[in-house]
Amino acid sequence: MSTDRLHAEGLRLAYDGRVVVDELSVSIPDGGFTIIVGPNACGKSTLLRGLSRMLKPRAGTVYLDGAAISSQPSKQVARRLGLLPQSPVAPDAITVGDLVARGRYPHQGLLRQWSAEDERAVGEALAATGTADLADRAVDELSGGQRQRVWLAMALAQETPILLLDEPTTFLDIAHQIEVLDLCAELRERRGHTLVAVLHDLNHACRYATHLIAMRDGRIAAQGPPAEIVDAALVEDVFGLRCQVIDDPQTGTPLIVPAARNGTPRRA
Amino acid sequence: MAASPPTTPVPRLRAAAPSRALGLALALAVLVLLMGASVAIGTRSIDLSTVIDALLHGGDGEEAVIVRDLRVPRTLLGLAVGVALGLAGALMQALTRNPLADPGLLGVNAGAAAAVVFAIGVLGVSSLTGYVWFAFAGAAVASVVVYAIGAAGHSGASPVRLALAGTAVTAALTALTQALTLLDRDTFDQWRTWSVGTLSGRDADTLAQVAPFLVVGLLLALALGRALNAIALGDETGRALGARIGRTRLLGALSITLLCGGATAAIGPIFFVGLTVPHVARAIVGADQRWVLAYSMLLAPILLLAADIIGRVVARPGELQVGIVTALLGAPVFIAIVRRRRIAHL
Amino acid sequence: MTTSTPAVRAPAIRSFGGRVSVRVHRRGAIVCALLALAALAAALAGLALGDYPLSVGEVVDALMGRGDGSADFIVNELRLPRVVCALAVGAGLGVAGAIFQSLTRNPLGSPDIIGFTYGSAAGAVVMIIVAGAQQSAVSAGALGAGLATAAVVYLLSFRGGGVQGYRLVLVGIGISMMLLALINYLLTRGRIEEAQEAAVWIAGSLDGRGWEQATPLAIALAVLLPVAFVLSPRLSLLELGDDAASALGVSVERSRLTLTLVAVAITAVATATAGPIAFVALAAPQVARRLTRTPGPGLLGAAVMGALLLQGSDLASQRLFAPDQLPVGIMTGAIGGMYLAWLLASEWRGRRA
Repeated sequence: MSTDRLHAEGLRLAYDGRVVVDELSVSIPDGGFTIIVGPNACGKSTLLRGLSRMLKPRAGTVYLDGAAISSQPSKQVARRLGLLPQSPVAPDAITVGDLVARGRYPHQGLLRQWSAEDERAVGEALAATGTADLADRAVDELSGGQRQRVWLAMALAQETPILLLDEPTTFLDIAHQIEVLDLCAELRERRGHTLVAVLHDLNHACRYATHLIAMRDGRIAAQGPPAEIVDAALVEDVFGLRCQVIDDPQTGTPLIVPAARNGTPRRA
Repeated sequence: MAASPPTTPVPRLRAAAPSRALGLALALAVLVLLMGASVAIGTRSIDLSTVIDALLHGGDGEEAVIVRDLRVPRTLLGLAVGVALGLAGALMQALTRNPLADPGLLGVNAGAAAAVVFAIGVLGVSSLTGYVWFAFAGAAVASVVVYAIGAAGHSGASPVRLALAGTAVTAALTALTQALTLLDRDTFDQWRTWSVGTLSGRDADTLAQVAPFLVVGLLLALALGRALNAIALGDETGRALGARIGRTRLLGALSITLLCGGATAAIGPIFFVGLTVPHVARAIVGADQRWVLAYSMLLAPILLLAADIIGRVVARPGELQVGIVTALLGAPVFIAIVRRRRIAHL
Repeated sequence: MTTSTPAVRAPAIRSFGGRVSVRVHRRGAIVCALLALAALAAALAGLALGDYPLSVGEVVDALMGRGDGSADFIVNELRLPRVVCALAVGAGLGVAGAIFQSLTRNPLGSPDIIGFTYGSAAGAVVMIIVAGAQQSAVSAGALGAGLATAAVVYLLSFRGGGVQGYRLVLVGIGISMMLLALINYLLTRGRIEEAQEAAVWIAGSLDGRGWEQATPLAIALAVLLPVAFVLSPRLSLLELGDDAASALGVSVERSRLTLTLVAVAITAVATATAGPIAFVALAAPQVARRLTRTPGPGLLGAAVMGALLLQGSDLASQRLFAPDQLPVGIMTGAIGGMYLAWLLASEWRGRRA
């Protein structure tokens, strides 16, 4: 068995009788930024939900810190494992500050409703996502991108050593997408957090992942550092896309360049 | 020259329309059968040949009189009210995008009741035909107030707002009704007879009184079918598709008022039809509002007439009012549907 | 990205070296305090006014046990239990309504949704018209019918191992309407006196409530209301959606079930005491939320608003048409309805597009 903090053995995940993931074992490297990619409906979000205990596995076990995640009290798990879900719901008329503050729940109790720790964590989360000046605005008045950053702030305020993110870059423009991913990289490097994200942009995944998991049809097609596993054959196999893989001029990581439509490259 | 990629054949769309039209024709046939049954069955069973004879050749025999003066008007009234309630319910749910919406949410039932009680208790009106005008006026005023509150300001009458406003106004009107009935025994007595929707004791005059409103409401409702499909996608998408949201809502509310107000004015409050029939229609036919309206138009009178017939048969020589039978029939059917299928979220 | 850490405006009271801290919303606290004061004022008025009006001084004396015989009797045996019932039922219904609205994420959520109100009303009508029963039997019948209805609704919406929110609401509405039609029908069947008595009970009335009703009510709520308040943080997290709440450590199904049970229990106790006074559960949380402007379920505000609404309505129902008394449910419907309508209209008119 793996010694990583978060890993799963023999997982079977299903929705209403339709099995999405079967006999899957995976281990999330500690202190790494693991990114799961794959075509639509390959089971990547399902896997993330299984790992985060949102979805109860039909078979197999998810382990957190050596013990089965389902055997541990949910609030305790929430202090170590955080999740940014795909479509969160914002209650009516809630302000940004209040929403982010709710992320502190796992650390609070009946008598400890709002400690100095909580205030600091929320303040830092707001600053890190650049939403500090939105603190008094109502969440439902914000744009899609702003709202996404607010939800990320809430997940950050939870201050968990392991953070799972389900498509955190949806709705964000390119500058903010890079900002969020840079923030994740920083969390990993400076504070040693373990991050797992589902991304649909393959190039971003290659650039930021320390460990890439490529899924297809509910199975892991390949996993490992992007530089080692990503090549044209893998991309065609997993995504059905013909491409050329070169080195990113900025970071040296694999950069996927889709094949031109007619097969012959255009000349200027 | 590069080879062009192989074209994938365009898949044939499943032909849904013919089977839906077939279902509609089937419903129509059932409705006609029920109408015939409604004329023939009752405290006294009259066989079909006598019925046809009375209709075509007149005649003064006791049975002929019953057929012409009691049964036929009653059946026609049941048909009219059923159609009205079914349409009003489908409209209400489409406009508010809320499967919990009942035409009563716009305050129609409460307004009618309050006005009727006011007429009885304060103004001393005691004839059925007298009630009708008041009931209709009350229904209309209530829905205007609800709509005015819901549409206040720039954002317009959104589903949640209409529902909230409707609840507030309904509560106030119900309180008024209760106050007037509990302060005076006679008023209470007359009100309690009216408050169970019933087709008995209503004649052709009642139908003639409300018919104009029902007809206008009907035409309006049918004309809104396509716009409702656009609205179902949300205000912004609807607007992008060219639907005039504000105008559709206003006309829709107007239609609901005419239809539901007219129906309640004619036979008293009927609870289940407007809420459940559109659900059944959507369960059969999906979310296309035009088909939902069409099916609601036929399924609702089927429910109503069937309930009326059952009420006459089960409690001979008396009768069980249609309001209670509809509820006792409608509830289990509704619950069965809610349990079995994925609820079509409009 | 900015580098300074802004002060998040969430004042807290801290003590014991920061180990104990309580979150306080300034506006919310002030509004709640004002509402509570208003409720107390209404209570005092309820004790002082009546067929034998007393001065405030006499009322206070009687409460302390220093008053003369008749004032003592009037205040402590006749009026006080009624006022206690009004405040307690009002507070309970406000909290129950707030819980339901938060759980169903629907501003129209209320215990009526689960079929309880009409169930208990139908039970009472059957007891009065069919069985000719008296007050405690009617209450018991109403309570039993209400609980049975809620159970039936819950069971009918249970499918595939869970209760989907929408399904519960729809089944509840279905059963409620059926019961309403049944009630109207039964009203036509009884003798006029019985029918009117039933109609009064259905409207919700505090008439003739004494210590036999007030004491059990107060005890039950003294247990249930604190439980509701303790569960309140979980409720506010459930509002974020099942996934986000789970991720933060809330056991979603269990919390929802517990909260529903608490709300139903409160409603059951309130209904057994005063009949189905439905609009309080619906309006009090809405009005309180708009006045306090706190996010979250706002149980405290709803409780105080509910108490004020019911006691105020009871006062009005006794005095406005004197010597005739109207059931208090009529007043709450009228006052609650009109106030909510006005509040909605002015809020929506004022809002920018």
